[in-house]
Amino acid sequence: MSAARPDSAQAPAADGGPGSQEDAPLPGPGEAEPASGAGAAAGPAITTSGLTKRFRGGQVAVDDLGLAVPRGAVYGFLGPNGSGKTTTIRMLLGLIYPTRGGVRLLGEPVPGASARVLPRVGSLVEGPAFYPYLSGRANLARIDAADRTADPRTAPARIDAALDRVGLLSAARKRYRAYSLGMKQRLAIATALLRPRELIILDEPTNGLDPQGTREVRGLIREIATDGVTVLVSSHLLAEVEQICTHVGVMRTGRLVFQGTLDELRSRGSRRIVIRTTQATEAAKTMAALGLPDIQSADGEVSAQLADHSPERICRELVLAGVGVAGLDTPRPNLEDLFVGLTGEGFDVDG
Amino acid sequence: MSTAEATAAPPAGQAGQLARTPGAARGWLRLLGSELRLVFRRLRNLALLAVLAALPILLGIALRLAAPRGGGGPESSFIDQLAGNGVFLAFIAITIMIALVLPLAVAVISGDSMAGEASLGTLRYLLTVPAGRTRLLAAKYVTIVVFGLTACCVVVVAALATGAALFPIGPVTLLSGNTVSLGQGLLRVLFVTLYVAGAMAALGAIGLAISTFTEHPIGAIATVLVLAVGSEIADNIPQFATVQPYLPTHWWLDFDSLLRTPIDTSTLLRGLLSFGIYAVIFCSIAWARFTSADVTA
Repeated sequence: MSAARPDSAQAPAADGGPGSQEDAPLPGPGEAEPASGAGAAAGPAITTSGLTKRFRGGQVAVDDLGLAVPRGAVYGFLGPNGSGKTTTIRMLLGLIYPTRGGVRLLGEPVPGASARVLPRVGSLVEGPAFYPYLSGRANLARIDAADRTADPRTAPARIDAALDRVGLLSAARKRYRAYSLGMKQRLAIATALLRPRELIILDEPTNGLDPQGTREVRGLIREIATDGVTVLVSSHLLAEVEQICTHVGVMRTGRLVFQGTLDELRSRGSRRIVIRTTQATEAAKTMAALGLPDIQSADGEVSAQLADHSPERICRELVLAGVGVAGLDTPRPNLEDLFVGLTGEGFDVDG
Repeated sequence: MSTAEATAAPPAGQAGQLARTPGAARGWLRLLGSELRLVFRRLRNLALLAVLAALPILLGIALRLAAPRGGGGPESSFIDQLAGNGVFLAFIAITIMIALVLPLAVAVISGDSMAGEASLGTLRYLLTVPAGRTRLLAAKYVTIVVFGLTACCVVVVAALATGAALFPIGPVTLLSGNTVSLGQGLLRVLFVTLYVAGAMAALGAIGLAISTFTEHPIGAIATVLVLAVGSEIADNIPQFATVQPYLPTHWWLDFDSLLRTPIDTSTLLRGLLSFGIYAVIFCSIAWARFTSADVTA
């Protein structure tokens, strides 16, 4: 399987979705915006066009990235550590200025309209970071106070609601310093929940969590997504996002090597046919005669790539050739294998 | 890059976009309140203020124990004046502490301002809120100025209280030999406090600018302090006479004009002009740097 085919990565994310706007040319960040109101809700939640970041010193962290995250999607942003995910997320949120290209969140340019659009976006960037000498509640109050669009009168209630949602209400008065890693991570997620959001961007939200914490965070993301909020969650672990995502984007060395639905990713892999038989040699011979590629035989099983052949026909040919077929299976391709194929060796560098 | 930022801090014309939200001014005051609480509730900063209060008290006790009985003559030194009037302890304390301790306090707050947020990582959380880069910088600088003023007030109030407890209080004999009423003397103390707070505000602007260039608060604090002390040393080397009026610390001690009659206002105004120019230049540097820098911390 040819690993990286960047040209195919630009495939529209929502296949044939109504009014898929990701092909529409993006106006420059400085251009006047039409009134953004209810009409903007139809457009994609995140688009980037030609997004490129070259750091001082010449290292290209992100190269010509064209993200397209449809509204309501749970988008798994995958790639090995160092593939440019965090740099991309920092550009999405206006922390880093792109060298070239532009970002649109909820139809608005970033950083041009950051003040208008970022209050509608909740985020967690590269792990939790808070004042160690303040309590969890005081830390959230500090973050909320920085939001010029937040109503100070509702702040105590909103802060407690966010703490409650991540299960930290009982530890609200504890100093951040005394929090466990899982609690710190949940406090960071709570900042994204301080007010209703249309988009939530979570960078490695389960980094450093134990399996229990990982499951909790996954449940939280699922819950957020059921409210119709678009979620972008980055990870270097496929298994982590596989269960919750509708869409995935895969990065490798700063480039997007795949973008689409999980099913589209699966369909990229060549399906195999697996025959259980005692006559392995004959089976392999028949398969070769049919022209099936990559025939492998082991432990009473013969497998081959299905290519364009139908399993029914292969089975009939085998039976006609006198091969006793004890079992036949066409397993779904292993996502993990597809993944390593896309991202190259060393995908799971610290997992 | 800075043009993009200009739109991030909404001008008056865009106020309609935020109509459903509290006014921009009220939002900013909320951010400033949060900054002030952060600085004034932090144990380290309270300890700094405690040291600033303790030093004049120790100074007063030491001088009381060493003081000769009886008043000083005309054109006598600060120390001699003290024996005649406790108000002078405020001037002595400011004169001694402006050399190192007050700049240290301002260096800690200003050097830590941006670099501290960057090193904790809280900067990225504030900016994605979004706090707005210009808006955050303005709140930080106002907080530094308020802290500098508070530091000066703490020194002066502690010194006045100690002076009143250990020395006689009454009409104040100035350095020029004239005597003014106690009220007039206290008014001059107030002006001295404000003048020194102006000097600290200028130093704070330098600290804020340095703080935007690094993620290491200790490095920023040390740099501010080295600059202040270096400038004070250069100010005492005769060979540097031509550049001395332009040094940031050159006018710091000129508040003693306020202790003479008539008051030498032209010197005071030149000092205040120097502070203002330093504040404007270094706030501009901080703004230019902070609004265009990538936040990778």
